[in-house]
Amino acid sequence: MAENSKQQEKNESLSRRKFLKNSGIAVGGLAVGGALGSLLPFKDKTNTDNLEVKNPRVAENYTQALMYFTREQFKMVEVATERIFPADDNGPGAKDLGVAYFIDHQLSGDWGFNAREYMQPPFFKGEKVQGYQGRLRRREIFDIGLRELQNHSLTKYKKNFVDLNEDEQIDILTDFAEDKVKLTTISPSGFFNMLRSSTLEGAYSDPLYSGNRNMDGWKMRNYPGSQMAYTEVIDKEFTVIPPKSLKDHL
Amino acid sequence: MAKKLPKVDVVIVGVGWAGGIIAAELTKQGLNCVGLERGKERKTEDYFMMHDELRYALRYDLMQNLSKETITFRGNEKLRALPMRQYGSFILGEGLGGSGVHWNGQNYRFLPYDFEIRSKTIERYGEKKIPKDMTIQDWGITYDELEPYFDKFEKMAGISGEENPLAGKRSSPYPTPPMKTTPALEKFRKAANNLKLHPYNRPSANLSEPYTNPDGVARAACQYCAYCERFGCEYGAKADPVVTVIPVAKKTGKFEIRTHSNVRRVLKSGNKATGVMYVDTTTGEEIEQPADIVVLTSYVFNNVRLLLQSGIGRPYDPVAGTGVIGKNYAYQVQKGNATGFFDKEEFNTYAGAGALGMVVDDFNGDNFDHSNLNFIHGGSIAISQTGFRPISNNKVPKGTPTWGKEFKSNSIKYANRVLSVGGQGASMPFKHHYLDLDPTYKDEFGDPLIRITYDFEEQDRQLAKYLSERCVDIMKEMGADHIDTLDELGPYDITTYQSTHNTGGIIMGADPATSAVNNYLQMWDADNVFVVGATAFAHNSGYNPTGTVGALAYRAAEGILSYKQKGGLLA
Repeated sequence: MAENSKQQEKNESLSRRKFLKNSGIAVGGLAVGGALGSLLPFKDKTNTDNLEVKNPRVAENYTQALMYFTREQFKMVEVATERIFPADDNGPGAKDLGVAYFIDHQLSGDWGFNAREYMQPPFFKGEKVQGYQGRLRRREIFDIGLRELQNHSLTKYKKNFVDLNEDEQIDILTDFAEDKVKLTTISPSGFFNMLRSSTLEGAYSDPLYSGNRNMDGWKMRNYPGSQMAYTEVIDKEFTVIPPKSLKDHL
Repeated sequence: MAKKLPKVDVVIVGVGWAGGIIAAELTKQGLNCVGLERGKERKTEDYFMMHDELRYALRYDLMQNLSKETITFRGNEKLRALPMRQYGSFILGEGLGGSGVHWNGQNYRFLPYDFEIRSKTIERYGEKKIPKDMTIQDWGITYDELEPYFDKFEKMAGISGEENPLAGKRSSPYPTPPMKTTPALEKFRKAANNLKLHPYNRPSANLSEPYTNPDGVARAACQYCAYCERFGCEYGAKADPVVTVIPVAKKTGKFEIRTHSNVRRVLKSGNKATGVMYVDTTTGEEIEQPADIVVLTSYVFNNVRLLLQSGIGRPYDPVAGTGVIGKNYAYQVQKGNATGFFDKEEFNTYAGAGALGMVVDDFNGDNFDHSNLNFIHGGSIAISQTGFRPISNNKVPKGTPTWGKEFKSNSIKYANRVLSVGGQGASMPFKHHYLDLDPTYKDEFGDPLIRITYDFEEQDRQLAKYLSERCVDIMKEMGADHIDTLDELGPYDITTYQSTHNTGGIIMGADPATSAVNNYLQMWDADNVFVVGATAFAHNSGYNPTGTVGALAYRAAEGILSYKQKGGLLA
């Protein structure tokens, strides 16, 4: 156990170095002070929840509240998306990127209501190549999908989804991804694919939408975000550019 | 009872590339034109929040709102067509400038072979080369006849490019030099040269340097910001109708644009159109706009739908193979490609421009011998650096799970280490590929949706496989550590993006029995109706269509002016 936590400590400091390097914060031998370093939410998992309150440099983020999910649904989404896109040496996972907030906020708007999609009857089951033909809207699919995720966990492991260990959670999600659960109202893999694609959206969309917190999703993969011009680097070898968000263009 | 407005010379339905060009050319000559656009007004200043992948690329902010109108689709006549409820295979434009606002700017001229495809195929391989039910036909115009109009479009848009040794002859060089190249593009060029192919910089409407066109419109150079496709250009560097032809038309004082105006019918009396009926979508009011000449310049699907709904032209009958409206719907074969993973190199693929790329045409058109191949035509093969945006670009080597630890680490490892070489395969028309009105599904006004009956054929499967193999050859030469490619084409699937290069339905030709419009895009059956767009393509080539649409639009404008003076059929 002690061995494990030591190893974990080592991994975390390694990954933190790598992340700082990628993020461009450590460019040019600049000494990275504690303040900057502590902005990284995955630095110390035990303190994550209190970090932002303690650190006066971080403005309080009032957008981290729920527009659609119940608290129970939110917790499940936080856990499920973290299994899809976990924290690792590269940087934070879905949870610390705010992906569950992103999905919650998206479901409350046009996307959740399929507002810009053709939802007129009649509804017929079609060929796979004809695409989605259901009458349910995304927010309803999430409601049903999360309820079924819970039911399947309780049936298979006699525990709530969020209380399962990682391997069990992965197993439950795999059953959905591979259509190994029998559901009548929605397609398990259809729900899972939506969860997966919205996880990537939450990890990599502009932080404007409550995910990709601190642009950490972009920093992990050296994506410069929203730049006005690349005329200086377009014909050059690979160049790391610190990211900008849409906020910079207002 | 619809409100009836005073008559105008010309009413133009849809103000994108085709509508904008027609308006500019006609108003310059003093004709009074009204442009009806169902979407909203647009201008360059609207685009400062444009670098937003979620909003524009994934939520389709600039595209047609499908809740109001979509298309239906089925693979063959025996199946029930169902609505395309969400976007996938192609995306439909809406608003001033249409799809011209959010195109990539990849600008080609179709090959001389394309315009005479049937004659040239028979000449080289004999009639047996053309499978039963493949309805290819000559276009009723040659490349040489169309060349001056290609030239005109390219000068208006300021296309940046260099000579392509395997294309048709040009009367003048590109108006601006090619775009900058990148290490990834140079890798492709070197590999192609090693393989004795003929690489060239892709002709681009993104503008390599500041340019003033013959109309006096000045535009800035591209900044390689990587947000072209599905986005509007905040610099006005990308040629689009809003920054080129529309202001020219407006300056004459003879072009009135009415946005939020959705045309539902072309009105007719005998074999002439008398105007159009449209709905002001802000009030719901039905309005009649009489005109001497009606020009349809909306996207492929609505051009066909409007004619079918209005009872103009002879609807296509797929069983008998007679009639013309809806005939020869074609698409493209986009899945023949190779994805290369480079373990030891990273590339600035986050940067780019919509048309930034390097191309070979050695396997396009009839530039290679098809004697021992089970398909005709081919496709351009290119590397593109349009800018890899992070939500949509998470390529991992085959065998990697699609989620979880390994997916995450591989997708990040390869975020800047993936290059793709892709074929843009031509699409041949078949007797049973067509457009007609759906019997069940309706739009917001209760009018039937257009129905697509289409699937890939053996021609397409063979072509996709062949292009894949050629792409792999190039990718190997480029030195990728690992290459993934297409196994087999599979059926046409409307859920995954391929290209918004839908064509046909109101095709051009020399014979009224087999075509809907002549080579001025004037309807054989209603001489004061012109239908301008990729609807006129008798098949689709191995290139992006816009350059050819632009050339045809200039040709049609000339035809309309001459019709206005003389009347009657022009060809």
